[in-house]
Amino acid sequence: MDYIQPYLMLSSILFSMGIYAVITRKNAVAILMGIELILNACNINFVTFNRFGNFATLDGHVFTMFVIVLAAAEAAVALAIIINLFKNIGTVDVDQAKEMKG
Amino acid sequence: MPIPDLGILLFLGLCGLIVGSAFMVVTSPNLVHSAVSLLFTFFGIAAIYIYLYADFIAATQVVVYVGGILVLIIFGVMLTNKIENATITSKTHNQIPGALFSGILLLLQFYAIFNTKWLVNDNPEKSSTVMDIGELLLGKYLLPFEVVSILLLSALIGAAMLSRKKVD
Repeated sequence: MDYIQPYLMLSSILFSMGIYAVITRKNAVAILMGIELILNACNINFVTFNRFGNFATLDGHVFTMFVIVLAAAEAAVALAIIINLFKNIGTVDVDQAKEMKG
Repeated sequence: MPIPDLGILLFLGLCGLIVGSAFMVVTSPNLVHSAVSLLFTFFGIAAIYIYLYADFIAATQVVVYVGGILVLIIFGVMLTNKIENATITSKTHNQIPGALFSGILLLLQFYAIFNTKWLVNDNPEKSSTVMDIGELLLGKYLLPFEVVSILLLSALIGAAMLSRKKVD
């Protein structure tokens, strides 16, 4: 594939699906899955522009590595928080976590 | 009728796999089905990286996402549901505003994609990207590399502290 548009279309579709999951899901783990989809869409864009742009070096690949590391850190911390939430209120429904709501 | 290029057919098949399994991820009421569909999405994206001449990123995607993050997510699904609930279901809400918002976002992005004159350089394929990435990581991006490693360490320690049992 020597065109840039199919890759960008794929990443925008993944991004929109991630946004849809974040908006519609009530389960915190499912929201986390949506965020992972968004991060993957962003990675595809980085690598695509590095492939087709006027670059001699692979800076886009390095940024993709950083995003993957941040996604791993984010998944670990988010799951720790979700498990604490489950211990405290017995559910991971984000609508039920309203103890501090004024 | 000309026979289409096999690479293009494979690319379209991969796109279909990724979009279909991502659709399962965002809509399936069963969370275990969502997590397993996420596996296919991540594998498909690794194959797309190979189309983009990014072999090291593809391997990292398989190792970190499929081997690490996905297992964490499945742990999360299993640990946050009561045993009595035989089927792990998840309710959804706000379908219509969510679909409208993400649809409008998608249309805007498609508009931008098809109305921009992209600079398309046909960069030659490198035999291996590992050496270039290593030189960048330990040269130009040394400080961000060290900062991100400290961030990962502190995030993992914080996660372990958050989720352990309190000992008085």
